Formats: sequence, structure tokens, C-alpha cells
Amino acid sequence: MEVKKPKIKSMRYEDFKDNEYIESLVEQLNASGVNVVVGKLDQLLNWSRSNSLWPFCFGTSCCAIEFMCLGAARYDMARFGAEVARNSPRQADYIMCQGTITYRMAPVLKRLYEQMAEPKYVIACGACTVSGGPFKNSYCVVKGVDEIIPVDVYLPGCPPRPEAMFYALMQLQRKIKVTKFLGGDNRKEKRMEYVPAEK
Amino acid sequence: MADLQQQIAALCPQAQFDTVDNLLMVTVDDAQWHALAQQLKENLHFDQLSCLAGVDWKDSIGVVYYLTNTDTQEMVHVKVATTDREHPMLHSVSDIWAVANYQEREAYDFFGIVFIGHPDMRRFFLRNDWVGHPLRKDYDENPELNPIRLEDEMNEDDTCTYIEDEDGNVKKVDGKVFEDDEYVINFGPQHPSTHGVLRYRVSLDGEMVKKVDVVSGYIHRGIEKMCESLTYPQTLLYTERMDYMAAHINRHCLCMCIEKALGIEVPRRAELIRLMMDELMRLSSHLLSYGCLTMDQGATTAFFYGFRERELIYDIFDRTCGARMSMSYSTIGGVVADVHPDFIKDVRHACDVIESKMKEYHQLFTGNVIARNRMVGVGELRKEDAINYCITGPSGRASGVHCDVRKTHPYSLYSEFDFDEVIRTEGDSMARYMVRMDEMLQSIKILRQACDKFEQCEGNEYIAEKVPKMIKLPAGHWYQQVEASRGAFGVYLESDGDPKPFQKPYRMHFQSPCFNLIGVVDLTCRDNMIADLITITASIDFVIPDIDR
Ligand code: SF4
Repeated sequence: MEVKKPKIKSMRYEDFKDNEYIESLVEQLNASGVNVVVGKLDQLLNWSRSNSLWPFCFGTSCCAIEFMCLGAARYDMARFGAEVARNSPRQADYIMCQGTITYRMAPVLKRLYEQMAEPKYVIACGACTVSGGPFKNSYCVVKGVDEIIPVDVYLPGCPPRPEAMFYALMQLQRKIKVTKFLGGDNRKEKRMEYVPAEK
Repeated sequence: MADLQQQIAALCPQAQFDTVDNLLMVTVDDAQWHALAQQLKENLHFDQLSCLAGVDWKDSIGVVYYLTNTDTQEMVHVKVATTDREHPMLHSVSDIWAVANYQEREAYDFFGIVFIGHPDMRRFFLRNDWVGHPLRKDYDENPELNPIRLEDEMNEDDTCTYIEDEDGNVKKVDGKVFEDDEYVINFGPQHPSTHGVLRYRVSLDGEMVKKVDVVSGYIHRGIEKMCESLTYPQTLLYTERMDYMAAHINRHCLCMCIEKALGIEVPRRAELIRLMMDELMRLSSHLLSYGCLTMDQGATTAFFYGFRERELIYDIFDRTCGARMSMSYSTIGGVVADVHPDFIKDVRHACDVIESKMKEYHQLFTGNVIARNRMVGVGELRKEDAINYCITGPSGRASGVHCDVRKTHPYSLYSEFDFDEVIRTEGDSMARYMVRMDEMLQSIKILRQACDKFEQCEGNEYIAEKVPKMIKLPAGHWYQQVEASRGAFGVYLESDGDPKPFQKPYRMHFQSPCFNLIGVVDLTCRDNMIADLITITASIDFVIPDIDR
């Protein structure tokens, strides 16, 4: 069975920016060959998974306020099935890291990430989490959360507008839609040591 | 001022006097400082320590204290320094002004100044295994000394105090924050009710809180240090990222401070726009506090109500400044661009809507039995304590302190406006909540008057004074306060008069209101239930990046 390109309701495929990445994931899947039964089941599971992504409340500063607006009436995250913001990492699917991460916070973030159950995802929301942002030259700010935890979606902006946050959320949904769940994501049990890439 | 100088000279003959920034500056030696501080408070009624800024003057290292007399609103500042750079030591004044407790810990963290007699000389923002004191001019920035440490801090319970005996020998005495048999629970740094990343360690007796130890610094971003490597217009950006719920106001403050140093006057239109933005920001901030306070107590619906109206204000910002948050709108000399053509219409509309919705808020929450039971009489803060801990803003006014900077030291155009300072005397959580609700009405009142004034000066499109491309300030220091959403926000700016083309501030210190607010967490929560800790801290209402900077 062939894996198709992921579809998101109300946004055309061409309107997304980095389709090459998604296509490379699709290619990888197709190259390893997908069984029809498993493939269909995977599709179903991924569809449901991607439409009920529960975020973990992790706001350290300004970006968190925009995230609160996302939850409030005008933007209403519930449309994406992502309104159930959890306060415990063990109940969350992804961590939307909003706000600067300082040296003192780094061990805490790492621990919280490790407490989350697999499969788990990370959105680096805001310039601070992408690269240190306005505080890049500071003596105690981590220059991008990817120095401590792996990141799935990078979302620039200071702070990103709520619309941009939705875009990041949809990108994450797309990514989930083209992963192998059975025998893939659901098998990740062991803890992996994360080694940040050289910059 | 001459009177005051004579009075102080009588108290302390060794003191030297100067007038800087229209304020009396007293320079004393550390040996006389503690006695003088006592006298200043008792005899001259300087009962509030408004700002404490550590400074490294290269040949010496020390602290500048800004004191306020809360009756007359007179201010004076005192400079105390030591030439011993290896082991700088000053006498602590935390026994005189309680607010100095955390302030001195900050100065210790940044400059390594040890305060003799301070009960709890620990670092405040940085990890306890940090090497060096970052704001010293000779700080070693080598990242290998301070890498990202992914293990937890050890020995968190250790503290120490420095005691001086009669012969002037200083001795270090180790101690513990909590006793061995105390039951201590951890709260935060990632807890939704702390409104950010603050951490408490709470000692409990059953459900009663015995002591709260505030551990801060989880969002300490080193803004003050970074400002020293930027030019003046560049430093403006950080003001908006400290208390992001008072972004315009903080930025306004720094702009005013630099304008004061440069001696330029801002066009009336720009000043009016700034003032309106400030008040809109205050409205937005108080709506957010309403939303968060209610949600912390389980009233989720009220949160949505608060946020619904905030969007109106965001729209105004969006249209005029091009961003919903971090607007970067004021600049030195005025504002960046003129307002959107519909600005006045939008502001009036927002005022009408919010005013009409106020009734809904009260219906939904204020009269609610649960809310009243949890807030009335809980977490009382007495007036003397509020002054002693330098609590300003709505929380201070709920305890009966007359501390609205817009009234006490009118800046911008506030003296032209007719509005009331909301003061209550109960000092409990309910009072703090109600002060905010009533202040929103006052902001609306100011905004309406400002709209009228703005229309009257229509046709005058002049929005920014010409400022030299390269801003150079003369040597000196300045202090400017404004009323931010959570209290008096102050900027201490020192320039060394460096003639190089792109001058950088020598020292920039932000006296944030929330920093003082956390000082009373222990005081107000003690002997209350652990569940009340949430209500009390929510009603005190702080923004964590503003504490940590
Ligand atoms: S990216 Fe900008 S808005 Fe977001 S946390 Fe950092 S400074 Fe604040």
C-alpha cells in the first residue's frame, strides 16, 4: 500500500511551507513497504492521534500569554482537538515550549520532557526557544531548546501570532499523519539519550 | 531640599551632599550608613525604600538607595560604596526596610556584595553553583565556567549570615532555611497557579502554611547585563519583555528616563498617544488578572469573559503598532508612527464595551459565595507592612497606601486628567481584587478624556521630537518611575559619558514592582491554609519575568 501525502482540512497542501520534509518522510515510509492492513490501521490511528493532541502547559514567559489567547474564545484551540491543556506531563502528547529557557530552568524542562509518555512531540514556540531570540547574548539563557530536548516544529516570532501557532500545530498534525505508528511510534519504550546537533 | 540637607547633615556630619537629577544625593561611608538609615526612617520619615541598585564603579563597588517619604512623597537617594573589590561588604538595612531582604540578595547575586547582618545571604536568581557575579565589570564570561548544568542544584537548604562583633570582625555563620523536622513540600516551578515559573518551598503543619521560601530565577534572563552592551534605542526592546502585561508602560518609562537625560521634550500628540496606550495596557492587564484569578479558583467561564474583551484591546494595538504583543511603539522622542485613522473610534468602542461588561464580571464572580469565602479576610496585608515591603500598585492601594505614581509624582500628562486613585483599607484578597476592578473604570474614564483631548489637537501631526542618530548622555545618573499595571516601575540609568560614537549605558537597573510583591508571599500566606496560597498569590498578581528580569 502506498502512503499518501497528509491532508489537513481547510488548508491546501501547496500552502504549507516545507513540504519537502513531509515528502521525505512519506518516501521513507513507502521505501520500507507498508502492509495494507497495518497501513490502513495506521492511517486510522494517526488520524485520531493527530486530531486530539493534548498540549502540556509549559509557559515561562510572554509567549504563554498568546497561548492563553489561543485557548480563549476568539481563536479557540478546541477546533483542532487541542484544547485539553494538561498540567501533568504524563497526560500530554506534546509540549509547546513557550518562552525563554534559562540555565536554571534547563534541568526542569529536561525532566518534564522525560516524564512524558511516548510518542511525544515538541514545538519550539517563539524566537527564544528557537535560538535564544532577543536574549541570545545573555549569560544564562539556553540558545534554543534543541540543546536539551529534540524539537519537531520550530515556530519563530516574538511572540508568534495565534495564527502562526495554529500553523505549527497543523504542521505537527501533518508529521504525525505520515509516521509509522504500529511497530514504530508505539514501540518506543526505551529512553534515548538525546545528543544535540552541532551548530 | 536645603532643609532636608541640613537635617541630614545634623544627623550625620560626615555625609557629603550633591544634587543629581533634581534629587538630593547623600554619600556616606558604610560605617555610618546603618545608623543614618535608622535615623532617616525614624526621624525624617523616609519609610519606604523604593529602589536599591547595585553598581560597579570600577574603583569601588556599592549600592544606590532611593528612599521615599510616604507622607510628603519627597525622595532622596543615598550612595554607599566600598573600595574592597575582593570581598565587598556593606551593612544590611533589611532590619530597617523589610524590602531590602530580597533586594540585597539580588545585589549579592549580581555583584558579590555581602551584606553584614542580612539573615539569609543566598543567591537569588542564579544557581547556587554559579561561578562569579555577572554584573561586575570584571566578570569572566567564559561559557566553560558556567555550562548548562542538567543536574539539580544541591544543598538548597544551606544559607548563611554574616555577623559583626564589637571589634568589627565579620564572621560567617552557616544555617539552614528549614529545620530538620519540618515538613516541606515543593511547589513549582512548573505549576499553573504560579502564573509562570516561580517556585515555592512551603513548610506545612497539617494544612497550615508555616513558612514559604521563594525560589526565583527560573526565568532570569540577564537583561540588565545585556543592556550594558547595547545602545540606548536597542535597550528599549527588553522593557517590553519583562512585564509583558505592562509593555507600553515600561517602555514609556525608559523612554522618559533617556529623554530626561537628553533634555528633550516630547510633542503633545505623542505624549497623549503614549498615555492612551498605557491605559489600554492597564485595562488589558487587569482583565488578564481577573481571568487568571478567577480561573485559579475554578471559575473557568470568567476566564473566557476576561479574554473576550482583551481581544478588543489587542485589535487596537494590532492596527496601530502592527503587533498584538511586544509592540515596540514608543521610541526616544515620541512614538514610532502615527495612530491608525480609526484609533479613536476603536478606543471609544472598547471603553463602552468593557464598561458595559463590568456588570457581567461582577455578577459572575464577585458576589459568588465561594469566591467571597475564599477571598474576604484571607491574606491580610497591613498598611505598615505594605510600606515596609514597598508594595505598590493595586496590592498596595488595597492596604490603604497612597502610592499611585500618577498622583504622587505626576508624569506625562496625568496631571491634566480627572481621575481617582482607588484606595481600600481592608488589605485582604478581596480588596486587591476589587481595586483592580475599580481601576479599570478609572482607566476608562482617563481614556475617554484622552480621546476628547486627542480630537482637539487634531491637525497637529507631529509625533516625534528629532533625536540625534547617536545618542550620547552626559555622565550622571537618573531615576524615573511610572505606574505600571502592578505597581511603581522604576528605571535607574547611569552613564559614564563615554565619548565613543555608540554610547552604551554604564548601568541600567529596572526596579520592577513584582520583585517587591513576592516579598510578602511569606508574610501573607503564613498561618493560612495551603489552598489559600493560590488565592493570595493570584490576588497579589505577579508576572514572573518581571521579578526575574
Ligand atoms: S520569543 Fe519573544 S515573546 Fe516569546 S518568550 Fe521570547 S521574548 Fe517573549
